[in-house]
Amino acid sequence: MENILSIEGLSKSFTLHNLGKHIHAIRDINLYLREGEFVGITGKSGSGKSTVLKCIYRTYCSQEGSIWYNSIRFGKINLSEVSEREMISLRKHEIGYVSQFLDVMPRTTARELVAQSIMEMGTDAQTADLQTENILQHFELDRELWDSYPTTFSGGEKLRLNIARAMVKRPRLLLLDEPTASLDHASKLKVKELLEQLIKGGTTMLGIFHDLEFMQDLCDREYSIENGNFTITH
Amino acid sequence: MNEFDSPILSVRHLNKQFGNGCESCRTQNPEQMLKNYCPVCGTVYACKDVSFDVYPGEVLGIVGESGSGKSTLMKCLYFDQEVTSGVAYIHTYKDGKKNLFEESGQYKRYIRNHLMGKVYQNPILGLKMDFSSIGNIAEKLISAGERHVGTMEARGIELLDHVCIPIHRSKEAPKNFSGGMQQRVQIAKALSNKPPLLLLDEVTTGLDLSVQASVLDLIKNLQRELEISIVLVSHDLGVIRMLADRTLVMLEGRVIEQGLTDQILEDPQHQYTQQLVHSLL
Repeated sequence: MENILSIEGLSKSFTLHNLGKHIHAIRDINLYLREGEFVGITGKSGSGKSTVLKCIYRTYCSQEGSIWYNSIRFGKINLSEVSEREMISLRKHEIGYVSQFLDVMPRTTARELVAQSIMEMGTDAQTADLQTENILQHFELDRELWDSYPTTFSGGEKLRLNIARAMVKRPRLLLLDEPTASLDHASKLKVKELLEQLIKGGTTMLGIFHDLEFMQDLCDREYSIENGNFTITH
Repeated sequence: MNEFDSPILSVRHLNKQFGNGCESCRTQNPEQMLKNYCPVCGTVYACKDVSFDVYPGEVLGIVGESGSGKSTLMKCLYFDQEVTSGVAYIHTYKDGKKNLFEESGQYKRYIRNHLMGKVYQNPILGLKMDFSSIGNIAEKLISAGERHVGTMEARGIELLDHVCIPIHRSKEAPKNFSGGMQQRVQIAKALSNKPPLLLLDEVTTGLDLSVQASVLDLIKNLQRELEISIVLVSHDLGVIRMLADRTLVMLEGRVIEQGLTDQILEDPQHQYTQQLVHSLL
């Protein structure tokens, strides 16, 4: 099968001008993802796992190497070089990112939040409402919370909402940055169920998990990262 | 892919200087300049070679410290000030082939009245404080060619309602209103001619937190519903983070960095941007 993503010789370092420091985060990373695969990245804290994901999502600018992504809209493109506009469009339609932190608009209800991310893709309001209800129901988010602000939610509730918001779009490529980090067992199972659904639906995923057991149940392959370098384990 | 081909507004090599310049500063040799000020002739270079695009339906943020040229840039775009040099095109205006800055006063007024709206930090600049609020909106509509009183009144009430000004106060003058209400009347006025492009210059600066929130929510909702493009100037990174898709960082009249807003905030490249972002956290 064709690679949906292939990273060649990716390096990222941070120059902190005000501290006079230069920090190497990752060096010469090579990685590929076949369409429909679920691949995990493991490694200690600070080894550069998240940096890889953030470079793919263009939250970080990578310095060296290329990130080839096979896009429906733009064909085969290098994510480290695409224009900002193209990246915005890819984020809306093809590439999703879930982190353990919920970064939301203040004063937006849970329902609006999910509906907005569906409507971003051009779905009409009615369909979006329906899909929103379905996914919130799936995550067993208390109905009373649907129309209140996520800032008042508990950690687990925020996280479930966060995942719901990214997953409801059924992205082609989903980047998971420890999405289950602080979830209880029941919520983890919910996430797992949904991940399995997405896998069936053909979503390719690249994920970082602390919970190795959880990850190994799901993933096809594993990369392990140490001091910014990859070693491949299977 | 149409949405990628055609920005609604393109600005290239915009320069604005206050003063004529002299032998010493024309070369822009950094050793002879105090930041963007020439100590020999006193010329201030407020905007230097600023280029950017604004696309339909997007919010472009502009951040920078006081005196970095943000407001001058906005004034130039709204023809409040003449540019020294540079070009700007609006895609829907004369097929995007006419440099706006070279148009006659008459056409500039047309562009202001039909294609743009601007909200100033200081409501005094954007509103006639002694006119009624609805009259302020009517004024913009009249400039845009509207002549029917009934239509204007209906539109005015619709807009004031939209920005949460109670209808029974629509005939009151903005001078009686609180700062937040004035700002909202100003937004209603700027939106009255349904401009495809809205320029917002520090609209929430100086407002208290709850009013700030209501103004921001208003902008966010309007943008989503009306799909207008917004250029948003602010030195508040929180505002930028909340609203802007892409962001430009200005320093001493130049654009020193631009990118996706989350990239600017999480992985700033330029020394100044890093300082700015780290000041926030």
